[in-house]
Amino acid sequence: MDIIVCFKQVLDPDIPARDFKVDEDAKCVVPPPNVSPVISNFDEYAIEAAVQLKEALGGTITVLTVGGDGPKDNIKKALAMGCDEAFLLSDPSFEGSDAFGSAQILASAIRKIENYDLILFGRVSSDWSSGATGLAVAENLGLPAVTQVQKIEPGEGSLRVERVIEDGSAVYDVPLPCVLTISNEINEPRLPTVPGILKASRKEAPTWSAADLDLPPGGFGDGGSGEDLLRLYIPQHESQCQIVGGDSLEEAAENLALLLRERKLL
Amino acid sequence: MTQPILALAESADGRLASVTAEVLGTARKLANESGAAVVTLLAGSEVSALGEPLIHLGADRAIVVDDPLLAGYEGDAYSSVVNGVIEDVKPSVFLCALNDVGRDLAPRVAHRQNAHLAGDCVDLRREGDRLIVSRPVWGGSAMAEVSSRDGRMQVVALRPKAFPRAEADAARTGEVEARPAGLDAATLPVKFLEKVSVKTEGVRLEDAAVVISGGRGLGGAQNFSYLEELAEVLGAALGASRAAVDAGWVPPQYQVGQTGKIVSPDLYLAVGISGATQHMVGAGPSKNIVAINTDPEAPIFERAQFGVVGDYKRVIPAFTAKCRELLDA
Repeated sequence: MDIIVCFKQVLDPDIPARDFKVDEDAKCVVPPPNVSPVISNFDEYAIEAAVQLKEALGGTITVLTVGGDGPKDNIKKALAMGCDEAFLLSDPSFEGSDAFGSAQILASAIRKIENYDLILFGRVSSDWSSGATGLAVAENLGLPAVTQVQKIEPGEGSLRVERVIEDGSAVYDVPLPCVLTISNEINEPRLPTVPGILKASRKEAPTWSAADLDLPPGGFGDGGSGEDLLRLYIPQHESQCQIVGGDSLEEAAENLALLLRERKLL
Repeated sequence: MTQPILALAESADGRLASVTAEVLGTARKLANESGAAVVTLLAGSEVSALGEPLIHLGADRAIVVDDPLLAGYEGDAYSSVVNGVIEDVKPSVFLCALNDVGRDLAPRVAHRQNAHLAGDCVDLRREGDRLIVSRPVWGGSAMAEVSSRDGRMQVVALRPKAFPRAEADAARTGEVEARPAGLDAATLPVKFLEKVSVKTEGVRLEDAAVVISGGRGLGGAQNFSYLEELAEVLGAALGASRAAVDAGWVPPQYQVGQTGKIVSPDLYLAVGISGATQHMVGAGPSKNIVAINTDPEAPIFERAQFGVVGDYKRVIPAFTAKCRELLDA
């Protein structure tokens, strides 16, 4: 099975809250010094799902990511996890693309790759969490899509997939080729091994610019977005935490129970 | 004439889903401000009796699409129905809930309609002709206020429990219209096969007045037994952080957070949970948060009203015993 995985590079949302800063005038997040972007969290599960399918069925994995001309650490990581080929889609005109804009860029790259059975995304990105890119790529390519997938069972020309939902799962039969967005229940992403890292370091990850892709005009980049970002700020939580103590931890626990009782919370 | 507001209604087990009152309440409020009409769409199978209750919840017109092909949610079928109604009704806004349906449907509809997509809306206000949507980004570390450019339609997915519910008013009148789905099974590539419900024992997380959640700090699956005993004493539901779910200690249905459940109990006890922003998206609506954690610097203490700094293995048994004593008295 030939698989394409699309991942996004984002500022790690798990950095300590005190290091998370925004520039309210520029309406953008200011990464702390020396903190490089990471693979968006759910996208790592998509990469792992692809590697497991390849291990079971054979085939190839191509990874795509839009934007950034910095170090290719994240691409190398995906290759080290077991992907075969990678392309960076980067062009000044791509900057400011929203989910739908990125989807146009990715769809053009996927058309250029031609041979694929399955396209995987993480269920949402760690930054804007719209969950829209994968669905928009599916629409651009005229492919069926299932989101929030926690299990994939390959069949004859189709997949049986489980979509994680609030009180269990919904099961679908999806013909290939198709788009799936992957949820974290599906697997535990592996850490790259030393041989994997060495192998990845010898691989090239070519950059495709707008000139390399057959892109319809207007739908990507900052001007292509249908969204006006009016304000970006860090919310202030006014909660004052009352730390309950005592002569021992056990007494603190009892004091907590008494306090909650007094406040009619028990 | 002011364009209508289209609100997506949902059914569950033959009744209107609880979140529908939130979506319709919000649509009604926006409509009252602008003079627009509220049109609601209910798509499903065996839902034809639910039109009138939608009028009672604030719709001026309820479109009910009843078709066996809509028995289980499937993105192509549902978006085809919604897009058909949008082309007919020409709303300025399409409102739905950010649940399992809305997370999949809103992006599909927004893309097809070339609309502005605003998911995870926690607050809405009108400014002229457009809506300003407040939504958390970076898992809640920052908030964004966004709106649509150049007057295009807006698709807004409302975070459950962030908006007040509409009260049913049996005296309200409106038009109920049955509409064919216009679906052909042969043209729908994805087949919905079945829904598998995972039964959780005890109180439902979403409905519980008290929730006790465990995180990475518990250190292992067996240690959830500390919380189970307390949950029994308090009649509480058990929850977990994503770290505990990813570690395989509890099933995914326990997860509270951005991609798990959003809870709003009177009391939320976070045990061994650091309070990552994406967890607080799910726990944040709780009226009171109590944190028990060994790390006094853990972000959970910035969001909690009450806390104990220390090892839960000592705190929870003593707390459980005291609660039992107080509640038995």
